[in-house]
Amino acid sequence: MPSSAAQADPIPANPIPTDRRLALHRTMQTIRATETTLSRLFADGEIPGFIHLSVGQEAVAAGVVGALGPRDSFATTHRGHGHVLARGVKLDLFFKEIMGRAGGICGGRGGSMHVADLSLGVLGANGIVGAGLPLATGSALAHQTRRTGGVAVAFFGDGAMAEGALHECLNMAALWKLPMVFVCENNGWSEFSPTSTQFAATLDKLGAAFGVPHRKVDGNDVAAVAEAAAEVVEAARNGGGPRILECLTTRWHGHFEGDPQRYRNADEIAGLPRNDPLRRSAEALLAAGVEESALAALVDAVDAEIRDALEAARADALPDVDAAFRDVYTPTATLTAGA
Amino acid sequence: MPKPLRYVNAVAQALNDAMAADPAVMLMGEDVAAAGGPFKATRGLLDAHGPERVRDTPISEASLVGAAVGAALTGMKPVVEIMFMDFVTLAMDAVVNQAAKARFMFGGQCSVPMVLRTPHGGGLNAGPQHSQCLEAWFAHIPGLRVVCPATVADAYSLLRAAIEAPDPVVVVENKALYALQGDIDVNAPRAVGKARIDRAGRDATIVTYGATLYAARAAADRLAAEGIEAEIVDLRWIQPWDEEAVFASVAKTHRVVIAHEAVQAFGVGAEIAARIASDAFDDLDAPVLRVGAPFMPIAFAKTLEAAYLPDADRIVAAVKSTLA
Repeated sequence: MPSSAAQADPIPANPIPTDRRLALHRTMQTIRATETTLSRLFADGEIPGFIHLSVGQEAVAAGVVGALGPRDSFATTHRGHGHVLARGVKLDLFFKEIMGRAGGICGGRGGSMHVADLSLGVLGANGIVGAGLPLATGSALAHQTRRTGGVAVAFFGDGAMAEGALHECLNMAALWKLPMVFVCENNGWSEFSPTSTQFAATLDKLGAAFGVPHRKVDGNDVAAVAEAAAEVVEAARNGGGPRILECLTTRWHGHFEGDPQRYRNADEIAGLPRNDPLRRSAEALLAAGVEESALAALVDAVDAEIRDALEAARADALPDVDAAFRDVYTPTATLTAGA
Repeated sequence: MPKPLRYVNAVAQALNDAMAADPAVMLMGEDVAAAGGPFKATRGLLDAHGPERVRDTPISEASLVGAAVGAALTGMKPVVEIMFMDFVTLAMDAVVNQAAKARFMFGGQCSVPMVLRTPHGGGLNAGPQHSQCLEAWFAHIPGLRVVCPATVADAYSLLRAAIEAPDPVVVVENKALYALQGDIDVNAPRAVGKARIDRAGRDATIVTYGATLYAARAAADRLAAEGIEAEIVDLRWIQPWDEEAVFASVAKTHRVVIAHEAVQAFGVGAEIAARIASDAFDDLDAPVLRVGAPFMPIAFAKTLEAAYLPDADRIVAAVKSTLA
C-alpha cells in the first residue's frame, strides 16, 4: 500500500503559520464530518443512488484546493466531495444536491457524482473514470488563450492512470506548456482491485516520458500537500508548463458506500486510522501550541454547520419535473424544441 | 457577382468570419492549422488568426474533444474537427457524457458552446471505417444538436448558426459535397431547426438531408417527366428537426418518402416516420416509406459502394409505390 511517508519525496522544512494550519484542519474536519454524515444517511436510505466517499483522503483536498486562487479551476472525480467542499461550495446546497432536492447546487440533476459549482471554477465531479482530465486540459487551454492567469487542476485517482485520457492529456499539456497540475490521489485501489495489478508503469516515469515534472508527497500530511501544491501551482501559473503532484493516501471506505470490500485484507482496513490525516494534523497543531479546547470547539462548530445544512436539505422540496426539462438546452428565443 | 465558392471554401469562410466576429471562437483538430485541414476546410485560418486560436492537436480524439468541453466551460467557443465521422467513436465519452449533459446535470449553471465538425458519407471508396453516416447516434442524445448542410449556402450559414448556438452542435458535412460549387449569403438568416423546401410539389413529399438531396432532386426530375410532382424538404437540422415544415408538406401531398444515406434501420427516417404516423396519421394516403442504406457496413469496391448508397432509382420507386 502506498501510504507510508517513507515513500514520498523529501520535503523541505515548511513552517506553515499556525492559523493557516488551523484553516486546513477545519477544511479537513468539514470534509470528514460531512462524509461521515453522508455514510450514515446512505445506510439509513436517505440518499438514493451511489456515493463514493473520500474518508482518509481529506488532506489532499484541503492542501491542493487551498493552494488555488479565485481564477483557478478544477475537474474532479466520482470521489470528489472533498475537493468541492474545500473550494467552499455552500454546505446546504451540497447536502441538497446529494439528497436529490430542488435547491441542490445542480437542482438535484447530478447528485454525488456530478456536484459542480461553475461560479467557483469547479467543472464538476465526474461519473467516468479519467474524464475530468481532458476537461481540465481544455480549461487550462482556455486560461492560456484568454490570458486569465488561472491554473487548471485535474484530480484523478490511481485507477485512472491506466486510462488513455491521462496519457493523451499529459502529452497535450506538455506540448502546449499549459498552466495545469495533474493531481493523483493514489490510495492504492483501482475501484475493487489493487493498482499494482492494474498499472505496469509508475507516474513519475510516465511524467518523465513527456517531460512533465513529478512530485510525490505524503498525501496524509496536510502541511506537506499544501507546501507541494503551492509550489507546483505557482510553477504552472508562471509559465513553467504542467506539473504532476502524486499524493499517497488512504481510502477508508469501499469503492462505493455499501461495498463490503471482501477484496481487502481486514488488517489493512483496521490499520488505516494509524495514518489518519486529521489525527496527524491535530497532533501537529497541539505541538504548535493550539489548545485542545480550541480543536474541540472547531469540531463542534463544524458539526453545527452540518446539522443546519442537513436540516435545510431535509426540509427542501423535491425537484420539479417540468423545470428539469428546461435545462436540456439553453433557452433562446429562436430555437425550437427537440423532438 | 461574387465568384461561386466550393462547399469546403464556404466552411472555411464561415470559420473565418465567426473567428473575426468573436474572439472566443477557436479551432482545434488534427492537421487543421499548418496543413490547413485534411480536406482544406481550415486553409488560411492559421495565418489569419494565429496559432493560439487555430490549434493543431495530437491524434488524440478522446482528449481533444474533452478539452474542447473544458475550454467551453472556461469561456471559449471551440470548434473541433474530427477528420472522419468514423473516428468520433474515440470521442464519444466527451460528446455524450460530458458536452451533452453538462448543462443539464449541473442544473443549468452553464452552457457548452462548442461545435464538432466532421465529414460523413460515401462516394470516395474510402471503405468501412472512413465512410459512415453516424448522425442518428447524436440525434438520440438529449443536449446535442445535429445539423447536416446540403448546399454551399447552408455550409456557410448553418455552420455560423452552429457556432452562435449556446449548446453543443455536431455539424456533419458530406465529404462528397466538398467540391460542390455555389453561392453564399453572409447575411442569410441563421435559424436553428428550420428546414427548407428545396422544390415544391403536390403529389408526394421527399424528406431528406445531406448529399441525398441530390439523389432526391434527380428523382424529382424523373418523376416530373412522368407527371408526378414531388416536393423536397431539405431538413438541414436533424436535431431539432422541423416538424412544422414536414407536417405541412405531408398535409399537402399526403404521401411521404424519407431518404438518407445512413443505414435505414433505427435511423433518422425511423423517428420521422414514427412521428408522422402518430401525429399526422389522418393526413396520410399511403404508408410512409424509407430509403436508406442496407443493414451492412459500407464496402470499399466501387461496385459494392455504388450498390450501397441510396440513389434516385430507389427514391423514384418508393415515391411511385406511395402513389400506387
